[in-house]
Amino acid sequence: MGILRRLGNLGRQNKLDAEYEAELTAHLEMRTADNISAGMSPEEARRMARLQFGNPGAVKERTAAVDTALGLQQLWREARYAVRTLVRSPGFSGMALGVITVCLGATTALFAVVRGVLLEPLPFRDPSQLVMVYEHFQGGSSGSAYSPVSPADYYEWRARTHGFEDMAAWRDWQFNLSGGHGELPEVVHAEAATWNLFSVLGVRPALGRAFSASEDRFGASRVAMLTWSLYESRFGGDAAIVGKQIHMDGNAWTVVGVLPKWYSYPGANVQLWVPYTSIASSGFLQHHADDQSLVVARLRPGVSLAAAMSEVKAVQYRIHMENLDQPVAPDVLSRPMLDDLVQDVRLPLLILLGAVACVLLIGCLNVANLLVARGAARQREMAIRGALGAGRLTLIRQQLAESMLLCLVGGALGVLLSVAVIRWLIHAWRNLPRAEEIHMDIRVLAFACVLILAAGLLAGLLPAILAARRSTFALLRDATRTVRGSASGTRLRSTLLTVEVAVTVVVLVAAGLLLKSFLRLRMTDVGATTENVLTMHYDLPESVYNTPAKVVRFTDALLERIPHLPGVVATGLGSVVPGAGDGDDDVFTIVEHPSLKPGEDMPAALTRVADPNYFHALGIPLLQGRVFTPQDRLKQANIVVISKQLAQEYFHGENPLGMHLRVPDWGASTTYEVVGVVADTLYQAGKPPKATIYAPVLAGQLDRDYTLVVRTASDPLALSLPVQKEIAEVDPGVPVTNVLTMQQILGQSAETASFTATLVLAFAALSLILAAVGLFGVMSYMVAQRTTEIGVRIALGAGREEVLQLMMRDGLKPAVFGLTLGLGSSMGLARLIRSMLYATQPLDPMVFVLVASILLAAAAAACAAPAWRASRMDPMTALRTD
Amino acid sequence: MARNDLQGSLDLLVLKTLAQRSSLHGYGIALHIQRASDELLQVEEGSIYPALHRMEQSRWITAEWALTETGRRARYYRLTAAGRKQLQEAEASFEQLVRGVRAMLQYA
Repeated sequence: MGILRRLGNLGRQNKLDAEYEAELTAHLEMRTADNISAGMSPEEARRMARLQFGNPGAVKERTAAVDTALGLQQLWREARYAVRTLVRSPGFSGMALGVITVCLGATTALFAVVRGVLLEPLPFRDPSQLVMVYEHFQGGSSGSAYSPVSPADYYEWRARTHGFEDMAAWRDWQFNLSGGHGELPEVVHAEAATWNLFSVLGVRPALGRAFSASEDRFGASRVAMLTWSLYESRFGGDAAIVGKQIHMDGNAWTVVGVLPKWYSYPGANVQLWVPYTSIASSGFLQHHADDQSLVVARLRPGVSLAAAMSEVKAVQYRIHMENLDQPVAPDVLSRPMLDDLVQDVRLPLLILLGAVACVLLIGCLNVANLLVARGAARQREMAIRGALGAGRLTLIRQQLAESMLLCLVGGALGVLLSVAVIRWLIHAWRNLPRAEEIHMDIRVLAFACVLILAAGLLAGLLPAILAARRSTFALLRDATRTVRGSASGTRLRSTLLTVEVAVTVVVLVAAGLLLKSFLRLRMTDVGATTENVLTMHYDLPESVYNTPAKVVRFTDALLERIPHLPGVVATGLGSVVPGAGDGDDDVFTIVEHPSLKPGEDMPAALTRVADPNYFHALGIPLLQGRVFTPQDRLKQANIVVISKQLAQEYFHGENPLGMHLRVPDWGASTTYEVVGVVADTLYQAGKPPKATIYAPVLAGQLDRDYTLVVRTASDPLALSLPVQKEIAEVDPGVPVTNVLTMQQILGQSAETASFTATLVLAFAALSLILAAVGLFGVMSYMVAQRTTEIGVRIALGAGREEVLQLMMRDGLKPAVFGLTLGLGSSMGLARLIRSMLYATQPLDPMVFVLVASILLAAAAAACAAPAWRASRMDPMTALRTD
Repeated sequence: MARNDLQGSLDLLVLKTLAQRSSLHGYGIALHIQRASDELLQVEEGSIYPALHRMEQSRWITAEWALTETGRRARYYRLTAAGRKQLQEAEASFEQLVRGVRAMLQYA
């Protein structure tokens, strides 16, 4: 009502001021004139007029307040007043500002990351219609319910179902990109995609065109699309590359297009795309068991996902029944494409966001606490201002103005800080999917503004209401001589502290659990030596190394040279080292065993190649039989070594030595004799061991990954250059990648765990400091409030220890309450992060006990100084203080 | 000075005053309240102004500057139709309050 008019009044403040003045003056003058005519002297008349009128200043202010909308005028005045007050106590303001800046900055940054990674829709056409479709084995022997798809299954799904507009598939590949003009060879991470992938996603190339259907046929001419990063880094961003040829694996490929700069799916590390069939052998497309492809499908509008998937299910079940002798999944599963991309980081991100929100809450409570303390110290000021005619609302607004100002300035600084934090997070958290989606934008800023307002209200309203609740008279009376501090103030502060401590405990417990789990993960024994081991990956270009003899010649030359380098203790060569991922896997049958019953899953194992010294170099013990010898080469190499897990899982106590395995993928007719059993190694720290088959590297199989393992006497990285030089001496055209120590490899697999644990630990430390500061503040305040009481006690003969005990007890009470509350809530909340914990129970007693003791120690330390000061008090001084 | 400036009753007194006199300035209203109540109701004179301005914002009364009989400039207030309606409601609820309190005092 009348809001517009009031707002209008704002604009003509000076004119209004003059009007109030005139109206009130007229009143006083008329009263004075009447008084004079009633027979008073002019002075007496003026005095009486004033007395009957009341305080003209206050009346004017109250009248003006009625006319000015929403107290905007006062707001400005209060803001100025708040600035002056805050500047007058720089210690308090600095501390509060620091707390708010850090808390709001961290929360805003985490929100920006969560929004970009988890909430922002994928940058594709109608992204909500996109789902990833997987095969599904009920037995779940491979660990994950979502298994990749074989090419033949994909083609059948696409041809025989109707619920999806279209389906596209892709699989990982690697090329050896050589320069036309003597540039260094480079291994590029490529994806081979069906020609329709980009139209399914709705992505147009930035330059040139996407693949055509005719290019995705067996025997078609070789074409490739570059991602923007390769286009810039390798080809200098020269658009003339489109239509030209590049050389990969000894073949010429024509570049038909370049993907836009923002396109970074399925990962930012992909550099190149080729048609699905271009990397395949002719038999590849008929494989129902070669599960290596990922499939994305676009749902037809108006068709439910369940209906579309039930069709795929039926097709897959039929394929399964037709291929009972092969490991073909009987079922399928789907999940939205976005979930699929971010599934590994969703929980860590949410935990971080939760932790940072707790820190923010603690920060706000802390500032509220500081304000209550200051409110107490300023009770007399408030009382006097109240007596001088300041309304209750004015006083509340005044306090609110201070907390709001703190939060606004802190929030602005926090937003600046968050920009830096976001940049650091993206840089430090490698493998964070969709990192390119994370940025400051209007919605993140809006979120920050809401946070700032909420924080300002939370921190300001509680103390403000409390300070203004009591009547002026009571305040003035109390303030003249305080024997015992205002009970309600202390109670409010204790409640705030209890909540603060409880939240701190929750963050501490989460940090403790994640840290313990991370340490367990880092200390996992992967079953191999990790000290002083250097590994590096190399790739033999297929066009040059096209016969087993050539491959073996290179291998021999290399293994001849490396051991002679100074500092080398042992050298081994294999495809994958423990802890570096699952690498290849294949199905196999045991020749001596009866053939499989229908419906029974085929045995599957990880497959690796190894040279005679591989097991020795990595310290993998031989349990039975023998390992390879230099004589097990080429045609004489139809032998394998198996892992203990395989022996237990598939031989059930039988002696596996002398038995034969058949691995269809290595040739259907060849059988491999088991000559040895070695101990288990973990393909990834934190995962259970898998059955593993080792074949001799000297068999010279084509198209293999090679990882050179060099155990050294001292710092392994010091040998990385000499070893690379030796490889270049044997053949300068062989590209070397992933020069890593074993420790680094294991560190990588624990990276997300390490990152989450470290950050949550940092937040926990911050919470602990904040809570301790809060506790210290409350104790100091209580001691100050009870100075007189303590003085009386000491004067009456209370011992110093008794005073100390009394104060400690009062101080620790909220801490103990908070601790109990916090431990209780943690027990509930810890279950939520169970899936992130490795070899650690959510209710790990060690963590809980440790958190409780750390918190109590911090609380005791925070209380000790004020309590000690109280016990040292000189009773005379204490009694004289008011 | 008796605290008779409880907002509700002060509003009622002001509205009643303005209903009897066509237009009046703040001082005149204060004087009228004191005289008409046989000096029983002592209004802190200044507190009448926030009330007047609030009622003006609620459009119960209007104000304009005019000259007094002695040639002084003063702000004159006048009741509006909405103000008259408000007065009836306020009178009715006050009567009810008084009856209630009186009944209590008699029988309690």
